[in-house]
Amino acid sequence: MTIQAIVEELGLEALVAADLAREVRGGYCSDLLSDVLAHAKAGDLWITHQRHLNVVAVAKLRELSGVICVRGLAPGPDVISRAADEKINLLLTSEDAFEVAGRLHRLLHP
Amino acid sequence: MSPPIPPIHKRIFLVAAGDLEGAGSVSTAVRRTLRELGVEPDVVKRAGIVCFEGEMNMVLFSQGGRIILIVREDRVELLFSDRGPGIANIDLARQPGYSTAPDWARELGFGSGLGIPNMEQNSDRFEIHSRVGEGTVIRSTILRGVHDDTGDRGGARA
Repeated sequence: MTIQAIVEELGLEALVAADLAREVRGGYCSDLLSDVLAHAKAGDLWITHQRHLNVVAVAKLRELSGVICVRGLAPGPDVISRAADEKINLLLTSEDAFEVAGRLHRLLHP
Repeated sequence: MSPPIPPIHKRIFLVAAGDLEGAGSVSTAVRRTLRELGVEPDVVKRAGIVCFEGEMNMVLFSQGGRIILIVREDRVELLFSDRGPGIANIDLARQPGYSTAPDWARELGFGSGLGIPNMEQNSDRFEIHSRVGEGTVIRSTILRGVHDDTGDRGGARA
């Protein structure tokens, strides 16, 4: 399933729509950067409360398909511009991590 | 032992203590350099992760230091050296989950105690030396042309 389809199905706000045609392999929920580096897989959508610049670096390093910021915790303009530079899809939802992870899981594993 | 193959590229990066905003920039530059040199994508990815973790450790824990990238025909080497408190117990620091990070760093998602294990896991050879009150030196070696291109090394990633 593409990011575009997930954005529409889950009603996400695309803060950075770098590559909405990108296929999503799965999801990973974590607020620990090194944990994501160690265990997320390329193509995963990363669900997190973190919203600082290093989030973009980690998403890039692990070749994630995008980042979902939860509970309306929008990153600042510096993060948005870095994500755009690095071509990382950056998405925002007002839902909490549990809700959005559950809905994403149902979409990817119907 | 045969002498190492001479470097085809060498570059030195300086890392400032506490510069969280700029943190990750060396890792980005290293990946770009390796890609431009035509280094295998899997090696680029692993070197990027090793470099990011090393850089973060320097930014969070040291008083600054430098990272040297050496590219050879058969390997990529990353040498980290910093001035700082050093690591009192290296065996503990190599264990996943052990961290001495302060609360403010943990709130930002650092300090999960996976930094050094991640560096080790993405290296083919890994050496770490530290002296308390002086600093830490790490050498990571990633061999070229020995892994597949998926970025995941089979059983190495538990």
